[in-house]
Amino acid sequence: MQSPMAGRAARPILRPMAVLSFTEQGIYCAAGDFHIDPWAPVPRALITHGHADHARPGNGAYLATRTAAPVMRHRLGDIALDTIGYGETRRIGGVSVSFHPAGHVPGSAQIRVEQRGEVWVVSGDYKLEDDGLSEPFAPVPCHGFVSECTFGLPIFDWAPQARVMAEVNGWWADNAAQGRFSLLGAYALGKAQRLLAGVDPAIAPILTHGAVEATCAVMRAQGIALPATVPVTPDTDLGAYPGALVLAPPAALGGAWARRFGGASSGIASGWMALRGVRRRRGADRGFILSDHADWAGLNTAIRATGAEKILVTHGYTSVFRRWLADQGHDAEIVQTAFQGEGLDSGEQTP
Amino acid sequence: MNRFAALFAALDRTTRITPKIDALAAYFRDAPQADRLWTVALLSGRRPRRAISTTKLREWAAEHAGLPLWLFEECYPVVGDLAETIALVLPPPTRQSDTSLSDWMAEIAALGALDDTARKARILAAWDSLDTPQRFLFNKLITGGFRVGVSQRLMTRALARATGIDEAELAHRLMGNWTPDTTTWADLITAPDPAAALSRPYPFYLAYPVEGDPATLGDPADWLAEMKWDGIRGQLIARGGDHFVWSRGEELVTDRFPELAAARDLLPPGTVIDGEILAWADGRPLPFAALQKRIARKSVPRSLLAEAPVVIKAYDLLEEAGRDIRHAPLAQRRARLEALLAPLPARGPLLLSPLLRFADWPALAETRAGARAAGAEGVMLKRATAPYLAGRKKGDWWKWKLDPFRVDAVMIYAQAGHGRRATLYTDFTFAVWDGNQLVPFTKAYSGLSDAEFREITAWVRRNTQQRFGPVRQVTPAQVFEIAFEGIQHSPRHKSGLALRFPRMARWRRDKPAAEANTLDDLRALLAEQTQGTGEA
Repeated sequence: MQSPMAGRAARPILRPMAVLSFTEQGIYCAAGDFHIDPWAPVPRALITHGHADHARPGNGAYLATRTAAPVMRHRLGDIALDTIGYGETRRIGGVSVSFHPAGHVPGSAQIRVEQRGEVWVVSGDYKLEDDGLSEPFAPVPCHGFVSECTFGLPIFDWAPQARVMAEVNGWWADNAAQGRFSLLGAYALGKAQRLLAGVDPAIAPILTHGAVEATCAVMRAQGIALPATVPVTPDTDLGAYPGALVLAPPAALGGAWARRFGGASSGIASGWMALRGVRRRRGADRGFILSDHADWAGLNTAIRATGAEKILVTHGYTSVFRRWLADQGHDAEIVQTAFQGEGLDSGEQTP
Repeated sequence: MNRFAALFAALDRTTRITPKIDALAAYFRDAPQADRLWTVALLSGRRPRRAISTTKLREWAAEHAGLPLWLFEECYPVVGDLAETIALVLPPPTRQSDTSLSDWMAEIAALGALDDTARKARILAAWDSLDTPQRFLFNKLITGGFRVGVSQRLMTRALARATGIDEAELAHRLMGNWTPDTTTWADLITAPDPAAALSRPYPFYLAYPVEGDPATLGDPADWLAEMKWDGIRGQLIARGGDHFVWSRGEELVTDRFPELAAARDLLPPGTVIDGEILAWADGRPLPFAALQKRIARKSVPRSLLAEAPVVIKAYDLLEEAGRDIRHAPLAQRRARLEALLAPLPARGPLLLSPLLRFADWPALAETRAGARAAGAEGVMLKRATAPYLAGRKKGDWWKWKLDPFRVDAVMIYAQAGHGRRATLYTDFTFAVWDGNQLVPFTKAYSGLSDAEFREITAWVRRNTQQRFGPVRQVTPAQVFEIAFEGIQHSPRHKSGLALRFPRMARWRRDKPAAEANTLDDLRALLAEQTQGTGEA
């Protein structure tokens, strides 16, 4: 077997005739003449999911799953968007393309590209645990796997969702009993709905920030069941909702918007809450370790399950994770992308 | 440890005072007495010494977690805390433990006497019986790094609430060099033995900085002023024919300053003096660097005693003839202090910190402007009628420091911080121009807001030129205004200079790197200051 370090500088990341290559705009399939999750405008974009670092404006044509489409239209406006079902195969130029559940958020997909029997899969963002809302992650056998590794260090080890939801419920019920609001920061797309579907709505009413409510409305309209929420407006009589859970984007927690919930206990739901330093820096009363990305064990399990010979890691702790994969006998490389994964600090990341 | 871990979680998760006091008071009411005592000890900085080398701990943790050591080492800077990194990478425990905090502390104390094989077995067994938060605490305790965001004052307040004992009285009982091995909950807190109190210092009273114009303090006649000396705050105790010297950090430093043993002969038994310990020669303070050499040495060689002799500049009298006189007005305590010191030798080591006479505020401002020339860093203002309080209380004691020196410097290296600053670049090295070269002259870690640190972190990531382990060399483009309290000649530094208390006062986004200050500018500041202190 070839040493993982041998000839790294000299060899291009992929063979010139490979299924996928990497351009200034993003991950490119020459045989199909399309990009996957491009970060600069291209004629044709295949989109893994609707988060802003993966689905950007300005592309000529878009292809995404049916479930992802409504949120993309909501966020990107009037775009030329074609949809596809999970597992459905479509011929684009010289390749076959299909979308497979990534378990990240509702509608999120891994994109499989096959050219003359060689199969590549681009993971987008993914997690292995079934969150009860997103289509559960399904491993796709392939020769080459392009994987995120946002939490690609062994310090990240997620507890089962049920345990985290029990912690959130305990915190919320305790606050409600003392007449306090529970102000919970979570990404407006995905995390907020996952929390909505997981918490116990019997505890007290649930209020939402406008950004969260907008995404909820889109999802409800496409038939995703979520508990009732009350959007907060300047006219909302907060006194009518004692002990409510308030869902808002993390960036809203420190601002003027949050001040109306005087005396509220604050919490943040994010994988980064696993780190005490980040927890303390963010200054929330509680940190709930809940991520829509795979943890260390999840990444390793997913990669093993693909059976891929070649692993390309995109965003996250790429250099460490690549070295680890190489130690495990994989042929692993880093590719530079503009993906961000789960943002470390509030106010500087899009959801 | 469950109960203690729950307390720690409650204290750690909030920055608000009320829930912290509630959690502490509840713990001090119900936890077993031995655990309470240990908790008081830990929260007042009485940590056990490190029981094990961190190198061994890293190796054992990586091995136990089935990780290569390099991967463990990559995780450490991301977490920013060794104890936490270990707690996070270990596999889940297979057992549960209901061992109490005090029993764990005994277990940890016993580690010191064991060989490495036995230590490893004990530590692995501990890891295997503790959950992640408890492991974190255990690791903090065995590495001697336990800390929590609770001030001693806050802890004392909670203790007062739980026991019904007066807060100031409790603060005094908690002073001194006790450990949970030398006392009990009853002896320390509820029914203290007066004989044990021979070396016990009083809690220090701390001043607030004057913000803006001191004229807002009212009539100058109500205030006593003196120089703000730049040494270390100390309490000199003469009791029962013995003497003790305490630093403000509640460290017993008697042996570091043998000159002060003269207090046994010079002071009547039952005297406690508050003052500033200074390196002193020819009637004026030596530069702080001279005192620093003394602080670093537990036993002092004769040559250093001659080179940097020490005095205490006394400014308050807390105990007289065995009586606590802290309740008396400052003017009275001062008068008695002056009477006590008047007959003593003028060469020291017990010297009076003289009062500065001033008719009005402008006159005092003028005196303050000359503080640097007198080897001081500003002036102190104390209300003449005030009792001697404990801790930092606003109103009666004010420090009115000189404005710091300021230079504009270029950031050239950056390193990630620890703890709550892990994953952020917060530790920077700064340089000034020497011709076309940038010469590093100081590091600084503080002064920016969290938002600014986030912004500069993103910038550092984008503008790294080279990496040296955890240190990144960055494009020399960002200019920061560095404020500092003093500047000294230092052959150990490349620039030949060392700063006192450097920090970032401002991020000068408006300034290009080419307009930063020069090494000659710094040398000019040194010359200006050296004239003041009479340094050779």
